[in-house]
Amino acid sequence: MMNYHPFVIPFTVGALFLFGVVFYKFYAWIAALDRKQKFMVKQNIFSFKTIRAIGEIFREALVHHNIYKKNPVLGYMHMSLAFGWFLLIVVGKIKASLYAGTFFEPPWLGIFFNFFAVDGHAFSYGEMLTFTMDFLLLIILSGLALAIIKRVKSSLLGMRKTTKHSRFDRIALSSLWFIFPLRLMAESTTASLHGNGGFLTNSVGHLIPSAIAPYAELPLWWAYSISLFVFFVALPYSRYMHIPTEVVLILLRNWGADTGEQLSGYTDIQLNSCSRCGICIDACQLNFAAGISDVQSVYFVRDARYKTLSDEVVNNCLMCGRCSNECPVGLELTLVRQQFRNKQEIPGKFYYEYTEPVESKAGVDVIYYAGCMTHLTPSIIISMKKIFEAAGVNYWFMDEDKGVCCGRPLRQQGFIQQSKNLVIKNSRIINSARAKLLVTSCPICYKSFREEYNLNLPVMHHTEYIEGLLADGRITLNASNVTVVYHDPCELGRGANIYEQPRNILRNFSLIESDYEKENSLCCGGSLSDAILDLRLQLKIRDHALGELTKDKPEVLVTACPLCKKSFVHGNKARVMDIAEIVAGNLKVIARKKQSVRKEELQLV
Amino acid sequence: MNKADVVVIGGGPAGIEAAYNLARDNHKVVLVEKEKEIFGHMQTAYTLFPNFQDASEIRSSLLQKTKHGNITLYNNSEVTQVSRENDFWRVQTINGLDFIAPAVLLASGFKTFDARYKEELGYGIYKGVITSVEFEEMLKVGKIQTANGEKPRRIAFLNCVGSRDEKVGNHYCSRVCCINAVKLSIEAKKQLPEVEAYCFYMDIRMSGQFYEELYRKSQEDFDVNYIRGRISEVAPTIDNRLQVKCEDTLSQTPLKMTVDLLVLMIGIEASEGTARIGEQVGVNGEYNFSKSISLHTADNKTKHQGFFLAGTCKRPLTVPETMADARAAALEIDLYLKSLSQ
Amino acid sequence: MKDLGFSISQSRTIDLDKSDLSAYRRVVEKVPSAKLCLMCGACTATCTARNHTDFNFRKVHLLFRRGQFEGLAEELDKCMLCGKCRLVCNRGVNTRAIIYNMRIILENLNYKSIK
Repeated sequence: MMNYHPFVIPFTVGALFLFGVVFYKFYAWIAALDRKQKFMVKQNIFSFKTIRAIGEIFREALVHHNIYKKNPVLGYMHMSLAFGWFLLIVVGKIKASLYAGTFFEPPWLGIFFNFFAVDGHAFSYGEMLTFTMDFLLLIILSGLALAIIKRVKSSLLGMRKTTKHSRFDRIALSSLWFIFPLRLMAESTTASLHGNGGFLTNSVGHLIPSAIAPYAELPLWWAYSISLFVFFVALPYSRYMHIPTEVVLILLRNWGADTGEQLSGYTDIQLNSCSRCGICIDACQLNFAAGISDVQSVYFVRDARYKTLSDEVVNNCLMCGRCSNECPVGLELTLVRQQFRNKQEIPGKFYYEYTEPVESKAGVDVIYYAGCMTHLTPSIIISMKKIFEAAGVNYWFMDEDKGVCCGRPLRQQGFIQQSKNLVIKNSRIINSARAKLLVTSCPICYKSFREEYNLNLPVMHHTEYIEGLLADGRITLNASNVTVVYHDPCELGRGANIYEQPRNILRNFSLIESDYEKENSLCCGGSLSDAILDLRLQLKIRDHALGELTKDKPEVLVTACPLCKKSFVHGNKARVMDIAEIVAGNLKVIARKKQSVRKEELQLV
Repeated sequence: MNKADVVVIGGGPAGIEAAYNLARDNHKVVLVEKEKEIFGHMQTAYTLFPNFQDASEIRSSLLQKTKHGNITLYNNSEVTQVSRENDFWRVQTINGLDFIAPAVLLASGFKTFDARYKEELGYGIYKGVITSVEFEEMLKVGKIQTANGEKPRRIAFLNCVGSRDEKVGNHYCSRVCCINAVKLSIEAKKQLPEVEAYCFYMDIRMSGQFYEELYRKSQEDFDVNYIRGRISEVAPTIDNRLQVKCEDTLSQTPLKMTVDLLVLMIGIEASEGTARIGEQVGVNGEYNFSKSISLHTADNKTKHQGFFLAGTCKRPLTVPETMADARAAALEIDLYLKSLSQ
Repeated sequence: MKDLGFSISQSRTIDLDKSDLSAYRRVVEKVPSAKLCLMCGACTATCTARNHTDFNFRKVHLLFRRGQFEGLAEELDKCMLCGKCRLVCNRGVNTRAIIYNMRIILENLNYKSIK
């Protein structure tokens, strides 16, 4: 048969194996999507969202736009390999089809084209296509060079630490790295014998001694084919599975799939979309502040995928969200980690029966829920009381005596059933008061109320509430130019997207911006999500974060979370105040309006 | 009769340190020690808390000090009589020595509580029950052994033996046993890493610098266990081990366990010499410890002119405190002697 | 006289020779700071569940240490894992991790009563 040689067998077998395994896995994962996810797929598959998804596939999977934003050289490296190889295959296919005159030429023709097409460029666009192929190969090789440099000195590509790969990944990596140099050598050798190369392959071909070339040609093509085989066979079981899986992930995400509470096919798709680029390691404070670099998300995802998860890796995480924020693939790392923490439920068992029933106070407008931790920072409670009184609010301090925890700390350790039992208890108390608004001082409780509770009233964190009171003129602040820096708590900032409201309040003072703010803010180290971290390492994380925040020597470090406050105040670096305190301390006393008018005003944001 | 500027009674750390400081100030010092060896209780010490200072280094330094030209040391010379003759003090010893000096420094130290009084603990009855001093000797020679000559699996330390105890008449706290127990338990674990160490306490009194850190270290790095309960009964077992009984007060339950060695942290009492001489001269205070004029302002002077006190003859003290007290006494004596020559 | 609400049977003596001390050693492996506990009781004092019930974390921790497991699993279920105990501990003991690990070990030892 024309255009055939035994050496194409490894490549073909490998490719068939690859397609088979990948499609089998995709089928299994899509079948394992949960009901809600399947519904979203059905609804949106034939909508504009698909086109949007294809745009994103181009932008992220090929061009790697997100990585460019992080570091241009790093972005170029990923793009050159991904986009370069993609184009090499596509252009190779076009070239092969034009040469063979048909679309249905054997698949290996495009890959091993130069071996078979020894009669030069005698077909339409031949020269231009050859040039393009050589150009693409050069781009890929430049990317490969950068990749090798990154392995040796990652700081040159803007990364402090790179992923420590498992032995299997290293085999896959090596075979990948061999593919293109081998292709170059094989094509160049053939070019030196037949002159059918482009600017690159012909030039390299001239360097090959003519005595060796005839003997070297076939072995090189064999080697090229075998390295492709090794790579294809290794791919579905290595980090390179992200190449096909990321496409599926982008589609599903654009169709509206939600990670959800339970493990599902979507979880598997996310786990397999991780390219192990290692950007999450750099983002993680356990790494750069506490020196722990073997539990980050990249290792969690890898272990979860290979089912070798250890307790340490699942539990030693602050769940601060910094990694998800930086992940170029957009994996919902915090949510996936939570899924793996969830514990089995015991049917029929109801926990926390012992909690005494609390009488809801009727006829109040606002329920104030301080939160467990706030009881250890009573200055926040006193400040909130002062603010409520100044604004003349008819409020009820729900957990003044016998508070019940909101349930989120249980959930973060995976005790979902127990968390839900507490939610039921608190919901009953809150709902039966028939109030108009629930205000809480703790971001952990706030997130819990918003996401896990079914309440018949809106919920606000006290920063939102105070901002509303100020905007409505129900309280006013004395002007002050105290220099303050604001610390975004993890659960309030990245966790609940509340960035502007506290800053609007603090514009009354002299607000200094910090390098680590909003989505990039640092965790104070006091996270309840990490059940393992030793106190000393927690303090290291705290000290680093505190150092960064107080770099410009503000007079006050303002935060909006009792845990953050407790964490920072012991660092003895600056005066630490909750935002409620600094507001209460600067209230301008004005005359009160009548209470009935205020009831209408309570139709707040 | 021999003349001197100062007669120092007691060749322990206090006596030697004071004698040396006086000698350096050009005073002629006679140092009388009742035993064959100097150093007092420092003789048997192995390491000192809280930083495991090697006691032999202290001993060498003290020995060196006794060699000062202005000091004459007499061993085996127990003092029998101290009396005032005109403006001088006369000190007579058991072996016929007779000294006259304007100043006398009593540095006769302490003795340890005799654990045989607490019969229920089995000291002197069961071989596995030893005192902290005896345990320190075992550590010193590196041979911690049970009564059967084997390596112990479990060692129990019992605090407050002979201190804070109405029955034996010592209501006071001996101050050093808590930290000493922590130190001994760490030393035991260092020499026998596999042994289980249990400290039975009423309180853990960590009152000096670095004491609390040592306590923490014993928990964190050496796995020493602490049980809040006083062992009140010890019984022998069939295989020559000991069964100890206490109440685990924190869980409000009686607790018993079998141990191989029970180390009694015996308290500090006034030594026989302190009691006798103190009585003779008339400076005895409570529990036969010697009494100074004022705890806060004149802790080395007594109501008798020229009679001074230094060290643990007054009250339980740690080694650093004793040394500091001895230097203070030397200063007082120096000032007194200078005032005489005016 | 108020029933202290504990179903832990306290009538027996603690016999340290017979108690299973290995379970606590497993907790200590996972949570090394457990060794630092002074038993001062600050944790129990601030406990959220304490307002509603007689759950006494210090006592539960101590009994677990002495190998007395009966009734502990039910008591541990009362903990809401809120973390206040950890925040007040002056020795830096990771009390939450101790509860978490005790729960798991008790489950494996089957000291959970099936109601």
